[in-house]
Amino acid sequence: MNWLKYSAPQTFYPLADTLVPLFAWPAAILTLIGLYIGFFVAPTDATQGEVYRIIFIHVPAAWMSMVIYLAMAFWAALGLIMNTRLSFMMAQALAPTGAMFTFVALWTGAFWGKPTWGTWWAWDARMTSELILLFLYVGYMSLTAAIEDTRRADRAGALLAIVGSINIPIIYFSVKWWNTLHQGASVSLTKSPSMAKTMLLAMLIMTFAFWAYSIAASLMRLRCIVREREKQAQWLNEAKE
Amino acid sequence: MAMNNLLIAIIARDLRLAWRRRSDVLGTLFFFIIVVSLFPLGIGPETALLRTIAPGILWVAALLATMLSLNRLFAADYADGTLEQLAIAPHPLAITALGKIIALWISTGLPLVILAPILGLQFDLPADALLTMTLALLIGTPILATLGAIGAGLTLGLRGGGVLLALLILPLYIPVLIFGAGAVEAVIHGVSPSGHLSLLAAGLILSLAFAPWASAVALRIALD
Repeated sequence: MNWLKYSAPQTFYPLADTLVPLFAWPAAILTLIGLYIGFFVAPTDATQGEVYRIIFIHVPAAWMSMVIYLAMAFWAALGLIMNTRLSFMMAQALAPTGAMFTFVALWTGAFWGKPTWGTWWAWDARMTSELILLFLYVGYMSLTAAIEDTRRADRAGALLAIVGSINIPIIYFSVKWWNTLHQGASVSLTKSPSMAKTMLLAMLIMTFAFWAYSIAASLMRLRCIVREREKQAQWLNEAKE
Repeated sequence: MAMNNLLIAIIARDLRLAWRRRSDVLGTLFFFIIVVSLFPLGIGPETALLRTIAPGILWVAALLATMLSLNRLFAADYADGTLEQLAIAPHPLAITALGKIIALWISTGLPLVILAPILGLQFDLPADALLTMTLALLIGTPILATLGAIGAGLTLGLRGGGVLLALLILPLYIPVLIFGAGAVEAVIHGVSPSGHLSLLAAGLILSLAFAPWASAVALRIALD
């Protein structure tokens, strides 16, 4: 099978059309199942009480925020190397979802931190890097939004995403070392290693749900971007009918 | 050989241009001084407190001052078409970018480094801390200039380029801030700053190797 066939917007557009419901429905159903198990089936945590249940949203969201940035940098690099328009559109379609999950991870983290640590925010290495990740998403989105020429916007955004992804490990380790230098005895992030099986199950289901949601949402956004950019194209007018 | 000549020619040209527009350079420098002087006014004149926050303030001010000067890096050459000529010249654009980065650092980064110990005195920093801070700024400010060149290339000729540049570049500056201010703080607490300074130096080597090339790519995208 010739996979390159789908690198053209013209052939990918109908494929995205069929793929969106294939991911959107599982996302909705898995979220319901995952939240049900997380909130009603999973046992109360011995040390943290009911509050811990926020991790069923918090942890998968934090994972997605990082995975999506990597995916974005991957599509950006592919676009710069292969000069495929669809790759750039893919990168741009992923960014808002990634930023949203980063924000959700930070927000739920603050809600979890207040009752357990007694503070909304601590300058912990992971939280700080997550905040910087949000800045990187915002930078990428504002750069692509500020450039009117789509070709330049695509390529400039792609370069920024790649530079950012090279910097992410450097930022992470610098923040980690900074943190160990500064923080004496405030909060310890070490969670109890043993996790009940149902908790793990709920978290896994939520992770799959968020994956499916991310794919569905970015494919939807991709379709909008294709429509916007190819509005002059003959095939799009034919596809509408 | 030809590469070296090109590099030197670009540096000499940009320095001459900077000399003829001295007010720009002085503006950046005074911005640095004013920002640093605002903090004691906002926080209060307690010496002990000022001494602990001095490294962070000086470094943040250096970050902001560098960022302000970045607008000048390519903008004038872009506006009058010189940049396009440089891009179609048969020399690698990365060398041109490197030359411009070095010239920018000499005209704005270096004065900042020289001025920093004097401003440090305002915060009552001890002599060894002043020395380390100057050394850290000497290694760190070229990183700021090289990384910033990528952002300056990406935002070339855009509306609201200044704010956009800050959004793009400041997150990437965070490691420099951490290690730069960390080195000074280490000295204040009586620890050796060599670890921080080594990491800064490693960052300088890495950014000198890759950033001119990346800013050349950014310039080509902007000129396309």
